Amino acid sequence: MNKLAREARLWLVGIPVLLWTLLPIYHIFLFSISSKDSAFSGALWPDKPTLRNFGTVFREEHFYLHHFWEQIWNSLWIAVAVGVLTLAVATCAAFAISRLKVRGGRMVMNAALFTYFIPAAFLAVPMYKAMGSYGLLNNRWSLVLAMVTLASPYAIWVLKQASDRLPWELDEAARIDGATPLQLFRLVYLPLMTPSLVAIGTYALLLAWNEYLYAFLLLSHEETIPLSVGLAHFLASDDSPWEVLMATALVYGLPPAAIYYAFRRYMVGGLTSGAVKS
Amino acid sequence: MSSIALPRSEPAAPVKPPRKGLSTWQTWGAILIAPYVLVFLVFVLYPVSYGLWLARHPASYQTLFEDPVFFRTVVNTVVFLLVAVNLKMALALFLSGFFVHERRWIRWLSVIFIIPWAVPAIPTIFSIRFMLNPEWGIVNSLIFRLTQQDGPNWLTDPSLALAMAMAVHIWKALPFWTLILMAARLAIPRELYEAAGVDGASGWQKFKFVTWPSLRTLYLTSTLLSMIWTLGDFNSVYLLTGGGPADLTHVLATLGIRYIRLDQVDQAMATIVVALPFVLPLVYFMMKRLSVDEQAR
Repeated sequence: MNKLAREARLWLVGIPVLLWTLLPIYHIFLFSISSKDSAFSGALWPDKPTLRNFGTVFREEHFYLHHFWEQIWNSLWIAVAVGVLTLAVATCAAFAISRLKVRGGRMVMNAALFTYFIPAAFLAVPMYKAMGSYGLLNNRWSLVLAMVTLASPYAIWVLKQASDRLPWELDEAARIDGATPLQLFRLVYLPLMTPSLVAIGTYALLLAWNEYLYAFLLLSHEETIPLSVGLAHFLASDDSPWEVLMATALVYGLPPAAIYYAFRRYMVGGLTSGAVKS
Repeated sequence: MSSIALPRSEPAAPVKPPRKGLSTWQTWGAILIAPYVLVFLVFVLYPVSYGLWLARHPASYQTLFEDPVFFRTVVNTVVFLLVAVNLKMALALFLSGFFVHERRWIRWLSVIFIIPWAVPAIPTIFSIRFMLNPEWGIVNSLIFRLTQQDGPNWLTDPSLALAMAMAVHIWKALPFWTLILMAARLAIPRELYEAAGVDGASGWQKFKFVTWPSLRTLYLTSTLLSMIWTLGDFNSVYLLTGGGPADLTHVLATLGIRYIRLDQVDQAMATIVVALPFVLPLVYFMMKRLSVDEQAR
């Protein structure tokens, strides 16, 4: 009896948690398979589920969707560029700080951490001005560089932590065998760090794909904006076709969710706990 | 709890600086660290200095303080930080206790529970925005069907709209902090609970004397860190309410951007400078904590 009551209490928490979590997600799905009439009727399931909205999206058959494929390509291009650049910058920096003990490494680490803790929306204002003075506004590279700036502090921190945990004897042995720093980097460090590198690459990629604020500040031409900003354009008018917007949103939201779940093994252990240490 | 994806290994032996060939190794160190240093100088240091320079005029602050939107924004921001962050952390503490139960369905639920954190902000916040539409949103439709009465104007009543923005924030960030606290709970040795059980401790006493003492530091650090990040939470407010109605639901993060859109960059920078006295001590505290951990390892 006591056991039954305990199980019941667990369900009493679990069911509201499930509803709370899934309702907004289900709502996206519901809208995207509804015709315009049934979307606005407040029904919990459409009378005639339809995939027409997706057809509208993929054939770019709406004013706000004229650049859909271009924008999704921009999103992809920017995300991949940020992932690759962040990995390159952060891996080298972490190696220099952690394994080569470069002078001033501690100071650089602190500078990176400082950047990490500054709220991103605050850095956006000066970043916007600076990109203007570099003449990079409306150039996709401005968003790439801004996102690399935001992603690399955390990347360096996590990679440095992982790197500090590699046994120092490896470096000693490599040195005694006469390895150069680059050989140590390529043959010892990179292979051992692979799991962390996967985690960090994914982190930077998703951060860039999901970004909205920096994207809409730095890019404004229909041809250069990523899909996140394109989506927000739907809100410009009151009679926007929400069901088409939700179909587009689903197309936009699925890839990062899939990637997140595919790499969850790395993400949950690696990225969540890295942010806060007990 | 340590911080990374690698299978946990023993901490390395005390690290000694390389003895031989110091200069080549140092040279390579300098070369490899240079890209990040460059990124920092060009995209953090210069922008911040330039921004502070733009914010040097006392006139900007005067205009700012005279803007009625500004005062309301400060109040909103404080309310947002105090209410949303603490509510979120308390819920995360509670739910982390729920998710450590070993049941197959709870494990599945924990996988689903991550979704808000795993998906981008735009689709879900827009979805919530439509759900809350007073005329045809699903929430008010349900309310009407159940009670035959019109539901509230969720997004056009300023206080309600701000409350909804907080709800969006909690919806999105709760899974992250629940995971953090869950990992900490799982790290507590089980024997402590068994010993407490033998001594006849109740569930509440177990929490008070075993769980809370081990979680307390992490909980407080997490709350502070969450406050810093929540201060920069632009999406939850901007994508839900756009700062409206009548600019009454702005927080500092969205106000700065609003000034940029109005082409008043000095004003935007001044907004941020005003927030710095609150942000910098928190940032300093967090950095201190991280470097203490560094030395302890």
